[in-house]
Amino acid sequence: MIVISGGTLIDPSAQREGEYDLLLEGATIKDVQKRGSFSELKSVRIIDARGKWVTPGFVDLHVHLREPGFEWKETIKSGAEAAVLGGYTSICCMPNTRPTNDCAEIAKFILDRGRNTGLARVLPIGSISKALQGKEMSPLSELKSAGCVAFSDDGEPIWDAGLMRRSLEWCLMLDLPISCHEEDKHLSCGGCMNESGLSTRLGLKGIPGVAEDVMIARDIELARFTGGRVHICHVSTARGTELIRRAKADGIRISAEATPHHIVLTEEAIGEYDTNCKMSPPLRGEADRLGVLAGLKDGTIDALASDHAPHERDSKEVEFAKASFGILGLQTSLPLLLDFVRQGAISRMRAIEALSTGPAKAFKLNAGRLVAGAPADITIIDPDYSWTFRKEVVRSLSLNSPFIGRQMRGIADTVVVEGRVVVDGQRLISQGA
Amino acid sequence: MPRHLLGIEGMSREELLQYLDNAEHFIEVSGRDIKKVPALRGKTIVNLFLEPSTRTRSSFEIAGKRLSADTINISGSESSVVKGETLLDTAKNLEAMAPDVLVIRHRESGAPHFLARRLKTTAVVNAGDGAHEHPTQALLDLLTLKIHFSKLGRDISGLKVAIVGDVRHSRVARSNLWAHRLLGNKVTFVGPPTLVPGEFRDSSIFGNNLHLEADLARGIEGADVIICLRMQLERQSEHFVPSLEEYSHEYCVSERVLSRYAPNSVVLHPGPANRGTEVSSEVLDGPRSLVSEQVTHGVAVRMAVLFTLAAGSPSTNQEQQV
Amino acid sequence: MDEQVKQVPAHWRLVLDSDVIARSISRISYEIVEKNRDLKNLAVVGIRTAGDFLARRIRDRIQEIEGIEIPFGVIDITLYRDDLSHSNAQPMLKGTDLPFPVSGSRIILVDDVFYTGRTVRSALDAIIDFGRPSCVELAVLADRGHREFPIRPDYVGKNLPTSKDEFVKIRLKEQGFEDGVYVVPPSNKKKEA
Repeated sequence: MIVISGGTLIDPSAQREGEYDLLLEGATIKDVQKRGSFSELKSVRIIDARGKWVTPGFVDLHVHLREPGFEWKETIKSGAEAAVLGGYTSICCMPNTRPTNDCAEIAKFILDRGRNTGLARVLPIGSISKALQGKEMSPLSELKSAGCVAFSDDGEPIWDAGLMRRSLEWCLMLDLPISCHEEDKHLSCGGCMNESGLSTRLGLKGIPGVAEDVMIARDIELARFTGGRVHICHVSTARGTELIRRAKADGIRISAEATPHHIVLTEEAIGEYDTNCKMSPPLRGEADRLGVLAGLKDGTIDALASDHAPHERDSKEVEFAKASFGILGLQTSLPLLLDFVRQGAISRMRAIEALSTGPAKAFKLNAGRLVAGAPADITIIDPDYSWTFRKEVVRSLSLNSPFIGRQMRGIADTVVVEGRVVVDGQRLISQGA
Repeated sequence: MPRHLLGIEGMSREELLQYLDNAEHFIEVSGRDIKKVPALRGKTIVNLFLEPSTRTRSSFEIAGKRLSADTINISGSESSVVKGETLLDTAKNLEAMAPDVLVIRHRESGAPHFLARRLKTTAVVNAGDGAHEHPTQALLDLLTLKIHFSKLGRDISGLKVAIVGDVRHSRVARSNLWAHRLLGNKVTFVGPPTLVPGEFRDSSIFGNNLHLEADLARGIEGADVIICLRMQLERQSEHFVPSLEEYSHEYCVSERVLSRYAPNSVVLHPGPANRGTEVSSEVLDGPRSLVSEQVTHGVAVRMAVLFTLAAGSPSTNQEQQV
Repeated sequence: MDEQVKQVPAHWRLVLDSDVIARSISRISYEIVEKNRDLKNLAVVGIRTAGDFLARRIRDRIQEIEGIEIPFGVIDITLYRDDLSHSNAQPMLKGTDLPFPVSGSRIILVDDVFYTGRTVRSALDAIIDFGRPSCVELAVLADRGHREFPIRPDYVGKNLPTSKDEFVKIRLKEQGFEDGVYVVPPSNKKKEA
């Protein structure tokens, strides 16, 4: 048994915030009581959380672990290590591996690998279409049985509205969401950054915000029409956020995520062609950044998702237009979000919700709660710890982050997954098999 | 840190004018019997042209030779880049050869910046990168205008400049915009909204002296200078124009429209021109055309650029050293 | 209205004043005339910047003495220098103009202060690029010594013994100053504009 004692407990699922201690037994939370309630207990391990925040373990709805197929960029193990160091106890990994996660074998492989790390729970997302080709539907039922928690063709939109409709309808039966990368490629048209004055100045092909907005609008209408569950990936535009806000008001079953980089950075960060600021969707202008941030604040956007997308140096150290899209995210989400809490832009409760309860609810995962009977997935945050995101700190196999060198405040101090302490005092505890 | 010429944007007015002044003196050098000065003797210039270009490459090559530099040409078809070498490897190989100047033409915007960041002892000259900048083209356009207008007793500030055509994909248009902005000239981009994107209205980036106009007659009205841009065939398949015929019907710069709306204008074209598409042969071969002057001045401008970047300035004040 | 005469910094030590300069120019001009009995094909060429003004004065003086037209040219040796180096300052060309046939001409090359000989070497290279003069002679207002090349002036206004770390400056009417040659002590180097 473990007692987590002395910290400030923040549980968005119960909207509880205060001086509570936690009692863990095995892989579950046994009890939550006022501070000091468990001090009589004998032969327990006590985790001293004084001065820290005790929150539900974070849930990331959007990571790329690159295994199988691209193990030089990241492996399930290195990704899971980065995840727990970033405070994540559950990570949902996108199916754009090689081969694609479009059958039970691959899904089981990912689950097994994840389980073997003994670190964060690795929850596979199956592809909507076979090999992400956008043509034939993947065996969605088989994928669910194997353990997939959602479906997505992330990286590619579902071009074919008919396929999208039928997938949503099929998923009604499975009660799983379809997670959508929203991009009309005829509008983004080979672009590599936001379409704007800046892209025009730099002579780079632009991806207009409307390329995202029209697809969000389409999928909202398909969700309205089918009654299916749509999850909008990495919302990057103010207009897209507004469309989701209205869809929610209409009672449509829709959830959404935003990335830390879209609320922290704008396209200005590209400077003189910095490929570590190239991602899809691209960094946008200030109005879009503020629009997405407002959506995260008011709950229109349910979850902060890292869109952790490791790439080796060779894919990034090239001409801007040729560089791969995406950046690391798992180890930087928390401090980047805490900056907004400190500025007063987002409440502490809402920030923790966006990292844990929000994403858990969006995918209906058994996570994101600090109540008796819930899984013992807990993140203890040292909110004021100052550190620098140096290359040496990066646990991923890749280093593609615009935040390298950035001063950070706040870190996951202790992380518990299924009752096991996997991070202790910011240090990874190796989980010998 | 070597000095580079990556773009006109960010250059000071003084720097721009100094390039032009120096280039004028290089016109004199090019007029001599012995068209060669020893200024860059022992210096190495690599011309790395990863996109087809005959005019700019030969212009840089002649410029280098007239300055007595050793020039080496590497062009797209023969370079190892075609064999899969990345720009990073190219940078490393160049670093090992340590040329004094690297002249680079590349289809991707920002490629010269990529190399400039990585080459520690080599000055990088952007000879055209994607749709970003082509600074020596803007300088030679300005030199051509400077010499033309000085004959009329005018200088090159206070001009009205119309740039007509495919501005969206044009590095020439962008470099000229920055150059004319430094000189305080009014620039109008003329063309259909598909090719003259509204993003140019962002005055925080492009300033208040840039105007966009979809109508050719209104766009060129009263202009002193018309720069015609090359219209490329593939724009048709990319839906930027319904057809080249339709484009030229609306935007071909003809003597008829010039004599009516910009009777005193001169015409520039960066070449190679599509006669009858963006500009009529009558204009191109007529008295308004400064196209052949542009080519001559191209060599002088590139000599000025290479000289500035490779020779540097006297190590100390000239009169003290002597 | 008189134009304001520009002043040199106070610590510059005047070594040749305007009278001395005027007499030197006059004497050099007479010597040239004397030595070159046949002034046909004679041309006077100044090395920019100050040599250019002195050359023009010498040319004018010779024309006065002899009453004939003497061709005049200027040379900018920037493209021929051996001491250009990387620097962030933009080099400035002032231009070369030799508006007479160089081949077969007798050129009087004029410089302000003769020092190492490197400037003259550069100027000779420049002249030769324009043709093959029958001879080139060198006239200088002051010779401060310390030559590094086997080059010697044929006409000298004044010998001016200096140490190597001193600076010799010339300022002329054409530049808006009173004529003068100055020696500047090395310690004041940084204060100069």
